[in-house]
Amino acid sequence: METLATVQETTVTKKTKTISGSQAVLEAFIAEDVDTIFGYPGGAIMPIYDALYDYHDKLKHILVRHEQGGIHAGQGYARTSGKCGVVFATSGPGATNLVTGLADAMIDSTPLVCITGQVYAHLLGTDAFQEIDVINITTPVTKWNYQITDATEIPAVLAKAFYIAKSGRPGPVLIDITKNAQLQQFEYEGYQPCTHIRSYRPKPIIRKEYITAAAELINKAEKPFIIFGQGVILGKAEKEFKAFVEKTGIPAAWTILGLSALPSDHPLNVGMLGMHGNYGPNVLTNDCDVLIAVGMRFDDRVTGRLDKYAKQAKIIHLDIDPSEIDKNVKATVGVWGDCKETLPMLTKLVESKVYPQWVNRFREYQLEEEKEVIHEELNPSTDVLTMGEVIRNLNELTGGNAVIVTDVGQHQMVACRYAKFNQSKSNVTSGGLGTMGFALPAAIGAKFGAPERTVVAIIGDGGVQMTIQELGTVMQSEVNIKILILNNEFLGMVRQWQQLFHDKRYSFVDIASPDYVAVAKAYKIEGQKISQREYLRDALTTMLNHNGSYLLEVMVGKENNVFPMVPQGCSVSEIRLK
Amino acid sequence: MQKEEFTITVYTENHIGLLVRIATMFSRRKINIESLNTSPSEAEGIHRFTIVINEFEEVVRKLARQIEKQVEVLKAYYNTNDEIIWQELALYKVSTDEIAEKVKVERLLREHGARAVVIRKDYTIFETSGHREETDKLVEVLAPYGLIEFVRSARVAIIKASHGFHEKLREFEEAQPGEEQIENEFLDKQSEVFTM
Repeated sequence: METLATVQETTVTKKTKTISGSQAVLEAFIAEDVDTIFGYPGGAIMPIYDALYDYHDKLKHILVRHEQGGIHAGQGYARTSGKCGVVFATSGPGATNLVTGLADAMIDSTPLVCITGQVYAHLLGTDAFQEIDVINITTPVTKWNYQITDATEIPAVLAKAFYIAKSGRPGPVLIDITKNAQLQQFEYEGYQPCTHIRSYRPKPIIRKEYITAAAELINKAEKPFIIFGQGVILGKAEKEFKAFVEKTGIPAAWTILGLSALPSDHPLNVGMLGMHGNYGPNVLTNDCDVLIAVGMRFDDRVTGRLDKYAKQAKIIHLDIDPSEIDKNVKATVGVWGDCKETLPMLTKLVESKVYPQWVNRFREYQLEEEKEVIHEELNPSTDVLTMGEVIRNLNELTGGNAVIVTDVGQHQMVACRYAKFNQSKSNVTSGGLGTMGFALPAAIGAKFGAPERTVVAIIGDGGVQMTIQELGTVMQSEVNIKILILNNEFLGMVRQWQQLFHDKRYSFVDIASPDYVAVAKAYKIEGQKISQREYLRDALTTMLNHNGSYLLEVMVGKENNVFPMVPQGCSVSEIRLK
Repeated sequence: MQKEEFTITVYTENHIGLLVRIATMFSRRKINIESLNTSPSEAEGIHRFTIVINEFEEVVRKLARQIEKQVEVLKAYYNTNDEIIWQELALYKVSTDEIAEKVKVERLLREHGARAVVIRKDYTIFETSGHREETDKLVEVLAPYGLIEFVRSARVAIIKASHGFHEKLREFEEAQPGEEQIENEFLDKQSEVFTM
């Protein structure tokens, strides 16, 4: 195996200096414009932490309480900043604790560079203390991974790591560095960013014939429908997307990760797709004649039953990842490319149009949904608080300017359905993997990624208990996040399914909670708990205005359900309102 | 549609761990690999995987694209058996006494194109190459005469229509992607759908 360092050819005249492998790692970070690292030290990564001691003025390190918290924080940071998250963990258990976060970042295409320490190279394969084969464990959950045993490889491999994590369809990269390589002194020739790997095509040259074919389909359409995902945000193509939507006059609905790419109050934003999405977008998916999918991957939670999904429609699929085109839904025209480039090309070729009747049909379904579901959820007629009214009040107080970080479950669906957003990169959630425990650490990272913005973590009583130790990180880093626990005293989403599909056999979903306000207080975080409507508005205001982190626990209806719902195995047009 | 034998040819960098990365593409989908061979290719420094599976074309196409998506993979092709020329190598260990005594064995070996690789007092090793049925056949006919050991290699295959990888590699090495790099079998084969 030839080393990657040999690939990095440099001119002989270049000045070199002797530095350690650990220093080379940190030099790479500085060259890549990294400002924040989330991590946890340990035996095998100690040389890097030792070097970090001298870099603390250039690199901020946030000490988390668990490596899973570290990587979720890295994800939150990446999602709000649009930059690459950077995470440190030690070998063995430190590395294995990253796996959930890697899987989450992989499925949600989040750019991350994770550095794990590893035992000395001569100990590899000997079952040494805290030795684990992290490369093989993380292979299916990384876009790329690599083990470094020689310090001379570090500059080139890290350059490659950042390039791969950020380019094309982003994803997590893990670099495992043996302790001897971290300690090794070598002749450092400087850092050269990677811009090309011969075996890697982050994006193609866009083929005009597909753009033309797509534009022709759109121009002939009578009932076209746009569905968009995170590709718009990852491609930093919000402006291009909006221009496309506005010129074509086509109604657009979003996937959970596409949320916030188009402002909530945009007249052509017709709502959320999928299992708990809005009525109109789901039903009309099976009525449109041309379906234009932008930067989304037809997840089963979006499509419902595939053989009854948009069968009547011609499908245009814009994606940067060619393996997504045709993976779940056969495309009539696949447009392979970065939507930042393909959307303007398409916008140029499409006719400026409006579809008043067609758009009105979405409005009609919207009215029906308002009447049947939304009105009662946002303005309940009973004394019991609903998650929806909490979100409504929050919207009114933040004006749609906050970053909303959600965990997984009922509160996530309610928050995504009802939260309002004025700007992109404002919704941080675990979409593809559905990782409970994501929100608290991700909110910490989200705040470091967007320090000037208000960050509200909305979490259920189940999820918060999975990573509650990160309150320690909140305390020590003095990060200012708002923790809003919506407590229904159940693992609510599972309970909802048990109610609807398992004859109300509530098997192990009754979850007890500690006194969260007391727990927060123990971590020097202010907080309060409310269970009555009359206090809600004030409590939210106090939370938002508090100088520093704040925990608000709201007791909500125990057995409320999230509707509408596309039951598993049903078509999107079979969506139920109750 | 029926499952069919497909040969997947993957051109890759020589990178530790890539074998696992490619193998998990199959195991994740619970697809059994019938045969897997790695070897150098016609292009210097580029490795070539030859993988045989029994699957529906639809599945194989998606798999090939997932494989090609891996950072260290340059290109993945899949072909049906009539699009390739392939061989497998087999070795057979037979008692030398048995061969010396029974003239019929010698005839059988000759009929099956077997070649002696090693002849010792106690045993002789023969080699044949061919398609699986051919190497299997010899196992069958040698069985009555005491076949001591048998082993067969993975399939190696040449794609009939391929012009080799030299040209492509040059394209891949360009910082700006050339025409070759924008090729996309899947999109291109869909030409019929553009007739509106």
